[in-house]
Amino acid sequence: MKTIQELEEIRKKTLDTINIRKDRSGTRIVVGMATCGIAAGARPVLLTIMDEIKKHDLSDVVVAQTGCIGMCRLEPIVEVYKPGEEKVTYVKVNPSKAIRIVNEHIMKGKVVEGYTIGAESK
Amino acid sequence: MKDLSLHILDLSQNSISAGAGLVEISIEEDTKEDRLTICINDNGKGMDKDFLEKVMDPFVTTRTSRRVGLGIPLMLAACSRCEGELVIESEKNVGTRLKAVFKHSHIDRAPMGNMAETMLSLILAGSDVNRNVDFVYRHIIDGRVFCLDTREIRTALGNDINLGEPEVLMWIKDYINEGLKNIRGGV
Repeated sequence: MKTIQELEEIRKKTLDTINIRKDRSGTRIVVGMATCGIAAGARPVLLTIMDEIKKHDLSDVVVAQTGCIGMCRLEPIVEVYKPGEEKVTYVKVNPSKAIRIVNEHIMKGKVVEGYTIGAESK
Repeated sequence: MKDLSLHILDLSQNSISAGAGLVEISIEEDTKEDRLTICINDNGKGMDKDFLEKVMDPFVTTRTSRRVGLGIPLMLAACSRCEGELVIESEKNVGTRLKAVFKHSHIDRAPMGNMAETMLSLILAGSDVNRNVDFVYRHIIDGRVFCLDTREIRTALGNDINLGEPEVLMWIKDYINEGLKNIRGGV
């Protein structure tokens, strides 16, 4: 049975990692979550990214959501902002693509070219 | 939209965009009356009378990237095809109340879907660095009640921990899934 008391343990455990995240110099992953994104399957993509971040303990990565960016037919769209690098836009993302994006781009710095908007428009 | 939880996610995002500090989502499933009611109430900036009158129209939207807005029209369609209705009341600077009613057993009624994922997405969206949105999620099935109130979680965690922390979100997910399982009679 889950109890509110368990939050106290989480509190103690996460206080340290939070301090690292607070400086906000890390990577930002932004998922489009307007009507178009949600209908195209953005919710499981968002939660898969969250899961991967937790699984690999990526304390300098934050996940955010945004509204419609005007390319609804390409949703779910995921944008990756790494400090000092150009923004990378991934289109038609699904949970398995999201796992690859986190594992290769976020963790190893290798952009998954095949999933980017550039590859889609070719 | 494949299921009702996705509609709820979409429409609650409107509440967040409207600057709400508190969004209350309640779902009541009454199998005896054969009715499913979803309410989303917020204390956001509200809509004036003119905008409210045309808000069900897909060609009315506040978004700037294009001239159609489908969130409310899709929910309206989902209700209408299940002998239900969609009612939206709003008052400028006070908030908005949305009520969607469905015939519970209707063949065209979309399944509930994953409410834990919907709440997680909303809590994450509402726990931005600059502002905090609280949520109350109440789900009632034939009188059995489950309730999640992020204000309680915030109190337990203290001010320095954000609800969007992965550890916290995972706890909330388990908490919701367990709670829903209980009110569904252990299924």
